[in-house]
Amino acid sequence: MQTLYEKLWKSHVVQEKADDLALLYIDRHLVHEVTSPQAFEGLRIAGRRPWRLDSVLAVADHNVPTTERAYGINDPISRLQVDTLDRNCEELGITEFKMDDVRQGIVHVIGPEQGATLPGMTVVCGDSHTSTHGAFACLAFGIGTSEVEHVLATQCLSIKKAKEMQILVDGTLGRGVTAKDVALAIIGEIGTAGGTGYAVEFSGSTVRALSMEGRMTLCNMAIEAGARAGMIAVDDITIEYISERPFAPKGDLWEKATAYWRTLRSDDGVIFDKVINLDAAQIKPQVTWGTSPEMVITVDGRVPDPAQTIDSVKRKDMERALEYMGLTPNTSICEIYLDKIFIGSCTNSRIEDLRAAAQVVEGKYIATNIKLAMVVPGSGLVKLQAEQEGLDKIFRDAGFEWREPGCSMCLAMNDDYLLPKERCASTSNRNFEGRQGPAGRTHLVSPAMAAAAAIAGHFVDVREVL
Amino acid sequence: MEKFSNLKGLVAPLDRANVDTDAIIPKQFLKSINRSGFGKNLFDEWRYLDNGEPEMDITKRKPNPDFVLNQARYQGAEILLTRTNFGCGSSREHAVWALQDYGFRVIIAPSFADIFFNNSFKVGLLSIVLSVSIVDRMFQEVYESEGYSLEVNLDCQTVTTSGGESYAFDIDPFRKSNLLNGLDEIGLTLQHMDLIKAFEEKHRINQPWLFK
Ligand code: SF4
Repeated sequence: MQTLYEKLWKSHVVQEKADDLALLYIDRHLVHEVTSPQAFEGLRIAGRRPWRLDSVLAVADHNVPTTERAYGINDPISRLQVDTLDRNCEELGITEFKMDDVRQGIVHVIGPEQGATLPGMTVVCGDSHTSTHGAFACLAFGIGTSEVEHVLATQCLSIKKAKEMQILVDGTLGRGVTAKDVALAIIGEIGTAGGTGYAVEFSGSTVRALSMEGRMTLCNMAIEAGARAGMIAVDDITIEYISERPFAPKGDLWEKATAYWRTLRSDDGVIFDKVINLDAAQIKPQVTWGTSPEMVITVDGRVPDPAQTIDSVKRKDMERALEYMGLTPNTSICEIYLDKIFIGSCTNSRIEDLRAAAQVVEGKYIATNIKLAMVVPGSGLVKLQAEQEGLDKIFRDAGFEWREPGCSMCLAMNDDYLLPKERCASTSNRNFEGRQGPAGRTHLVSPAMAAAAAIAGHFVDVREVL
Repeated sequence: MEKFSNLKGLVAPLDRANVDTDAIIPKQFLKSINRSGFGKNLFDEWRYLDNGEPEMDITKRKPNPDFVLNQARYQGAEILLTRTNFGCGSSREHAVWALQDYGFRVIIAPSFADIFFNNSFKVGLLSIVLSVSIVDRMFQEVYESEGYSLEVNLDCQTVTTSGGESYAFDIDPFRKSNLLNGLDEIGLTLQHMDLIKAFEEKHRINQPWLFK
């Protein structure tokens, strides 16, 4: 009997080493502009060539502007980084979706969208949210730049086998409760280090009922629970999503592939090192109040009081977080007023996310205290589809800005950022200090919750407005 | 990678849990296409009172006198003592480069985030896990005695206080040998080129759709 993780692991071992270490073969290498320049430079200095060009897919996403693209990138340092990626890809013959390509977008959105992420693969990228791709029963994890270079040069990585955790979510999610809320509820439960050292498999009836978009949101946030890899078994929903994607196999190969993919699930009765159970019916919309994703509470809750915490290290962390966030203990979450709204990022910028947000704002208008509400689709193709469905019009009519695809205010490397002390409802994944701009204040929520907050000007329970 | 040799170094305490890589090196500095020069922006938002931007003249910036690394007694520190889950968040290896460029050669914490931990060994920064109680004690000692230093011996896998107390730490043999010998991991892997090629052929037969 084997877990999904073991199956993925065993089918990629090139060489076993001591201490659970193995040389693993990498099938798909996604590359973006921020973590790759030093790796390409390293290859060049050592006189090495990429091992397998057809395994690499590159895109610029972190630095790209989300406004008018025709004029290129203003910031010369950002521009140099994107140009460097373009040059490296051209020189080596790597497939890249450039800034003016409709297929350009956030690396973790375009991989699955193109069918470049397929079940059974090992997928790596110099980016921690590579865990997203695990939604397709991949072993997918983020790596550092030295490893980017290592994979480019050898198609392999020396990896230590992780322990295995199963997170079982069963039952039906309430109206207005989404995969994002499940992810935040899990992190609230096990903490940001709860998954450290583990590969996590999400399963249970709730997970089976999620769309691929929802599953990607869940696996995306695995890293926020400390787990380098999150994954979900293959089923009809997985196969349906992949069918006809540009990079997906066709004809006979498709038949052969799907037969194999259907074996990519943990065998019944297999034992995990750790099991966490969640009851979907108990999960409410979540809002983070602090500077770590584990500082999260339900929308009907109040900002916690550090004085109630015994652990002194934890208490100090809470005090610091509250000071940074400009919040007082016991404030009701629904009394927190916002300045900006960000709907986007590799967590929540897919078509389903945009539909959920649009449904909430349709026919309404953002509150007067909201200085900026923006929607940043995850890719050019998501944007196009949303426009075909008329979502852009709904957002624009509601006072939102409708932008070009990229990471945008998820990490604010481009011109989209919070000013000091500005407070934002964000559908992204990290509420760390300074993440969305120096001294900016981030509250992580689902797209529907962010949309509802835009209309009200403060947090509201989306279940009451749907 | 540079060889890691044993060291006796000054310790600086960073008394926070869950220090994330956004805090270690903020995103605006990730625009660089170089591997060096990140040290001056290590912990930028905590270390300075003004907002840091790339290419700023460091001598014109306002250091935050309250931040621990700005205190005179910790200048020249080579060992960073910190709390649980150090290096969580983004996979940016720039965090490791920044710590190293600043002058740190060892980080001691009760736990590290996986990707940071892994990245640190790739470039010769030694991340050492010691128990919460030992780390607690070291925090107490570093606050109490100015000039507090520790001796790190990778060969013997020990951290020794100036009082002579010695604590053992774990490290897997592969990482240890790479560090001690300053080995190029890519070069090592390429010694197994035949194995990789053989695997690739078998893989191509089993899952031909993975190959163009
Ligand atoms: S959207 Fe945010 S989390 Fe995702 S890859 Fe971009 S910067 Fe990273």
